[in-house]
Amino acid sequence: MNNDEPLWEVFIRSKQGLDHKHVGSLHAADAQMAIENARDVYTRRMEGVSIWVVESKNIHSSNPDDAASMYDPANDKVYRHPTFYNLPDELKHM
Amino acid sequence: MPDDLINYTLHLADTSLVMGHRLSEWTGHGPMLEQDIAISNIALDLIGQSRNFYQYAAKLINNVKKSEGSKSLSFEENLSEATEDSLAYLRDAREFKNLLITEISNGDWAKTILKLFFFSSYQFYFYQKLIFSSDAQLAAIAEKSLKEVTYHLRWSSEWVVRLGDGTEESNRRIKLALEETWPFTGEMFQDVAYEIILTKEQVAVNVSSLKNTWQNKVEKVLQQATLNYPVEETIWMQTGGKTGIHTEHLGYILAEMQFLQRAYPGCEW
Repeated sequence: MNNDEPLWEVFIRSKQGLDHKHVGSLHAADAQMAIENARDVYTRRMEGVSIWVVESKNIHSSNPDDAASMYDPANDKVYRHPTFYNLPDELKHM
Repeated sequence: MPDDLINYTLHLADTSLVMGHRLSEWTGHGPMLEQDIAISNIALDLIGQSRNFYQYAAKLINNVKKSEGSKSLSFEENLSEATEDSLAYLRDAREFKNLLITEISNGDWAKTILKLFFFSSYQFYFYQKLIFSSDAQLAAIAEKSLKEVTYHLRWSSEWVVRLGDGTEESNRRIKLALEETWPFTGEMFQDVAYEIILTKEQVAVNVSSLKNTWQNKVEKVLQQATLNYPVEETIWMQTGGKTGIHTEHLGYILAEMQFLQRAYPGCEW
């Protein structure tokens, strides 16, 4: 398929949701068309009430090759989790 | 009056159904995935509108049958009880009252877009009036449909601009589409007998009164698309759809759409 239009990443906020979640990508000529395409492709089953689109080229990502140096060091730092506090009995659902 | 209301409701139902069916032909054939889904969504919206109208028409027809026996009815003599399905699948071309613009062939993407734009802008102004109908059911269907059509109009307007003000080829194609589809726009604003009667009772929309608003909208979008608004007086307008006189295209649509129910009556899956 010949498709010269740039790629866009789509983020949808659901009715109950507070944040926009990445749902996928699509092709569109401009931002407005991207929003309409997103409406047609990603909200036809009432998935959302708000749409963000951003051109994929504007998203910068971490390099998977760096994963070891980036994420492994956190492995043995359990003390960074707030699990060492004694919670008062009155606090429920924590 | 019951006959007029039935004819009017069928006219609205047929118009949405045939347009929806035509657009559904793009499903799986759209120029790209995103537009394939977009136009399929619009087709489904229209078929949904037609279902609401058919259900109402079926109720009206069955009421008449109950009160007078079936002798005075000019249609559906062969049916015991009308349903939305019997009205969609078991009436012949001469009984369909859809606007001609809904049945003409899709052509290329430019032609489909342009006829959808003409049709959606008509529906947009039409439903804005129909929500004030003295018939509560028609008003309710109009209110629901208007939300859908607002999007159809926005989507198709933007595509008209995109194609008209796009590449040399897209401009050439939409110019050709303008020549091919324009003669089918006049009929949308010509009131036929049942509309005139129902307009007096504030049931129907006086469609000739929509023409100016429609023209302004179309002129503006065409201008944005670098296209010339056709000089009207010189162009012959096709009519007849609302009273059952159709182009050669409708028969083929019905053949495909109705085949299953005709060949295997009552078949379900």
